[in-house]
Amino acid sequence: MAAVTTGSGAGSGAAGSPEATGGSTGGGGWRRPHGPLQRYYGPSTAEAAEAPPDPTDINGPHFDPEVFMNKVRSECPLGQLLAREAALGREIRALDSDMQTLLYENYNKFISATDTIRKMKVDFRHMEAEMDDLAANMAAISASSARVSAALQDRHRRGAQLAGVQALLRKLQALVEVPGRLRRWAGTEPARALRCHARARAVLRHYRHLPSFRAIEDESHAIMADLAQRLRTRLREETLDPKELIECVEMLLQLEEPAEELSEEFLSQAGARLEAELAALEAELPAADPSGTATTPPPPASDILDFVDRGSSAFVGTLCQLAGSYRALFGGDTGRLEPFAAALATRYFALLERRLALERGLGDTSLLVRALDRFHRRLRALLELLPAGADAAAALVARAARERVDRYLRALQTFFLGCLGDVRQALAAPRPPGKEGPGLPELLAQLAASVLGQLKAVLAYVQLFTARDIAFASLPYFKGEFCVTAVREGLVVAFVRWLCRTARGFVDGPAERGAPAAPPALLLLLARLCLDYENSTISYILTLTDEQFPPQDSGPAVTPGPALCAEARAAAQRLLDHYVQVQGAAVAQMLRKSVETRDWLGTVEPRNVRAVMKRVVEDITAIDVQVGQLFEEGVRRAQSSDSSRRAFSVYSSSRAPGRYAPSYTPSAPMDTHLLSNIQKLFSERIDIFSPVEFNKVSVLTGIIKISLKTLLECVRLRTLGRFGLQQVQVDGHYLQLYLWRFASDERVVQGLLDEVAASAAHRCLDPVPMEHSVVELICERG
Amino acid sequence: MEDDAPVIYGLEFQARALTPQTAETDAIRFLVGTQSLRYDNQIHIIDFDDENNIINKNVLLHQVGEIWHISTSPADKGILATCYNKTSDTKVMTCAAVWRMPKELESGSHESPDDSSSNTQTLELLCHLDNTAHGNMACVMWEPMGDGKKIISLADNNILLWDLQESSTKAVLDPREAQKMHKVWIESAEETTVNISVYRFEVTCQQIVRTLPQLSSSTALEGKGQLKFTSGRWSPHHNCTQIATANDTTVRGWDTRSMRQIYCIENAHGQLVRDLDFNPNKQYYLASCGDDCKVKFWDTRNVTEPVKTLEEHSHWVWNVRYNHSHDQLILTGSSDSRVILSNMVSISSEPFGHMVDDDELSDQEDQHQEDKIKEPLQDSVIATYEEHEDSVYAVEWSSADPWLFASLSYDGRLVINRVPRALKYHILL
Repeated sequence: MAAVTTGSGAGSGAAGSPEATGGSTGGGGWRRPHGPLQRYYGPSTAEAAEAPPDPTDINGPHFDPEVFMNKVRSECPLGQLLAREAALGREIRALDSDMQTLLYENYNKFISATDTIRKMKVDFRHMEAEMDDLAANMAAISASSARVSAALQDRHRRGAQLAGVQALLRKLQALVEVPGRLRRWAGTEPARALRCHARARAVLRHYRHLPSFRAIEDESHAIMADLAQRLRTRLREETLDPKELIECVEMLLQLEEPAEELSEEFLSQAGARLEAELAALEAELPAADPSGTATTPPPPASDILDFVDRGSSAFVGTLCQLAGSYRALFGGDTGRLEPFAAALATRYFALLERRLALERGLGDTSLLVRALDRFHRRLRALLELLPAGADAAAALVARAARERVDRYLRALQTFFLGCLGDVRQALAAPRPPGKEGPGLPELLAQLAASVLGQLKAVLAYVQLFTARDIAFASLPYFKGEFCVTAVREGLVVAFVRWLCRTARGFVDGPAERGAPAAPPALLLLLARLCLDYENSTISYILTLTDEQFPPQDSGPAVTPGPALCAEARAAAQRLLDHYVQVQGAAVAQMLRKSVETRDWLGTVEPRNVRAVMKRVVEDITAIDVQVGQLFEEGVRRAQSSDSSRRAFSVYSSSRAPGRYAPSYTPSAPMDTHLLSNIQKLFSERIDIFSPVEFNKVSVLTGIIKISLKTLLECVRLRTLGRFGLQQVQVDGHYLQLYLWRFASDERVVQGLLDEVAASAAHRCLDPVPMEHSVVELICERG
Repeated sequence: MEDDAPVIYGLEFQARALTPQTAETDAIRFLVGTQSLRYDNQIHIIDFDDENNIINKNVLLHQVGEIWHISTSPADKGILATCYNKTSDTKVMTCAAVWRMPKELESGSHESPDDSSSNTQTLELLCHLDNTAHGNMACVMWEPMGDGKKIISLADNNILLWDLQESSTKAVLDPREAQKMHKVWIESAEETTVNISVYRFEVTCQQIVRTLPQLSSSTALEGKGQLKFTSGRWSPHHNCTQIATANDTTVRGWDTRSMRQIYCIENAHGQLVRDLDFNPNKQYYLASCGDDCKVKFWDTRNVTEPVKTLEEHSHWVWNVRYNHSHDQLILTGSSDSRVILSNMVSISSEPFGHMVDDDELSDQEDQHQEDKIKEPLQDSVIATYEEHEDSVYAVEWSSADPWLFASLSYDGRLVINRVPRALKYHILL
């Protein structure tokens, strides 16, 4: 046990020793710094169980000197034993000295403690006596204090009473002064008077049963009534600034004037004010002309942007201010305000609309857009007060935009008509001989380009309405309906439709009766224009439009491109057909007159091709050139190799004359018909005035068909002599020589000319055909 | 209900002239005049047996020349008038004459022996309408519904009104020449047996100056821009006091009492006007057709614009005819070899659309069916007949059967067709 105590007592001092022993003990050394203390004060059972008692641990609780000695002795060499012995001896000495020091110190402390306790005992005895004194004194003090306060109490009460009386008196003084003050301020500073009165009013009302107070109250009432009266007069008579007006009404309200009446007054005042502003705006507009637009009004003095600016800053600003203060003054009751504001706003809209209507010209669209934008922005403030106006305002803007788009459409139409006029003039202009005027392709290109350019420019202008920085562009109308209905349908589609209609108008229009018909070249040009529209331009325009004005998915249905294309194609077809008919009719007329006016019986033997035939060939060649400028060549039916050499007419020398002769023998009168009928069975029926295709050959074929059919019908109406027949033969051969090349199917020309020849033979009194070689000779001679 | 197939009859010669036998109201009978320069021309009297779909023909010789126009008296079945070409070596003259056919052919289709060539009968000349002073005869019109005494012929730029006496065998025109040109004047010439009143006048007052040189010398007709009547119709309305004529692109109306122009449709067609017809039931309505391939319908009270225009043919329209009883049915023939039957309900005398009380009577099932059929017809082409191979120069409705018509093409083919049954019942019921 002694060793244990020593070990514990020297715990801190002998820090070196465990290290030394630790080196020898190895595995059982200090694992934790607080290990020894813990171990001393009772190792946990767990640890005890865990670590088997090590009797060799010099600091451990189970130290067994015998075992230790045996172990050391058996394990260590002599030198080490000696060193260990010396070390242990040093250690023991150090521990002894430490123990002595501690003992001494503890004893000293015990002695001084004992002294202190003794001293304390003496002091406490003194203190008790002083405490008793203090208690006695305190009791004396409290007694005298009670006496003093009892003595002063009465006076104190009186003082307080007097102070109260004085305050009261001051208040009374103020009350008495109220009428005077009121009178003083009522004139100059009604607001202060009001504040004063408001303060005094409650008191006066409370003490009104006292005659003096009543007098004061009455007097102040009278003054206030007077004030109210004055304010009302002011309200009624003077023109007040909105600010003054609001003040005035506010004061009147404080004077407990009836709110109902006041709000009416307020509105009428505000109305007058706003009316004045509207009148100022209206003065800028030219007087409304009930008789319509008989006279063109002079251009307005200021531009639309300026107008809208002034309108919004003056009128809209005032209206907003007044409406706002009305709400503040009269609370949420807006039953009266709304119709009032709505009526005024409606008038304002009407004025603006009138002003917009003055924007007749195309002027500067960006200016208009900016003006509308400003209008719309400014109006937003008002719209919060007046939700019903939103629709009206949006509708106004939309109408203006729509109106502008319509105007653009009209301008486009005028432009197109102007272009057409130019083209007509260019076509009609006399050309110096030898020098060709501008060719049809150039005219067409010029026309198409300028129209397209104009359309693009218009689209660019219209796009301003939907620009991103424009407030109203975000309205659903401008996002959807405007793009689709107004621009795409109302402008682009309408223009294309109108163009087709106009083009058709040249065909269906007054050309037939009265008015000068369009020159054929113009018909041709328009046909090509419509065809180009069908092929490319329409889809281009529509794509462009859809890009610039993206249509909404849910928007109204749009005219599909193909429908427009079909329209354009129909117009082109109609124009081209009409061109064929007009040109055909011109040639046919010439042929008809030439047949009708000639004396076919008494004519002499043909020596020449008749001049009219040459003219026909010339005309058709000219038409060929004209059509060739604008339309492709087209396909011909394959020709037989000897096509140009094929003999004209059934009277050709190559045929045996006898083959035709039977038809004139009385024995078989039916043969002719059989023959011709069988021929017809194998040839297709030819539609004379039939639609043509969009190529040169088809057009020319149409014209030639019309001409030759006319020749046929006219010959059938005449009676011919022998030389008459021969002349027809010559003419026919000539036509055959020069016309086949223009037709898509040479057989058509051939067939018709054959029929002419056959009919001429029928109508001939003395059918003796000319030798084919002679016919050829005459034709070749020219 | 299958429509009957068309009946086709072929003539040996070319032909332009076709007319129904106007006075005949029981049998379906058409007269066709042929055109041949080298053989004797014929008039074929064609009887159509509707029951058996058989055609019977009788042939009359018309030896004086090829027939350009033929018309029959509305009163006497046996009397007809022709315009024919008289050809000499150097000159062709179109004359007109009134003929009587042999009694036995007048009515009823006697089975003539088939050797027609040997046994053809000849016409008996009643009178010759002398036109030596007036130019070529374009057509002869009988006074509609008259007693067959009055005829009008168009000769170049003259309108001649003739009065036939019952016992006439010969007609000679002997107009007293002279008088001023710009005035309408009337002459009457009297011979022992024939009274002929001749009205002769210029086409219009405005055009007098232009026509003067041609009129003053009738031999120089072949010149520039002569004005010749191409066609004319006698209006059945107004007591038969109006006629309409066509010359060039103009249609003119005349009053036969005063012989003054009562209306003028300038530029009625883009090109020559070929034919006219009056609506038999609406007195102011007139149809015209011409070389611009169009058929136009006019209200003669307002001639600035046509009431309607049809553009169905692909070549000149030579003939237009209103159905005699149902004026919505319009027949046109054209040199595109087609005959087109159109239904112009909107401008006919028929009430447009149907009256309600028709439907009230019939029971439900019928009504349902009827509703389908009786939907108001729109103006439309009913049928296009393509039986012809050559130009069709004449179409005519039968005078006896309002549902039957004939068309004649230049190659001598006569086609008899019927209005489609569905339409017929639609109109009738």
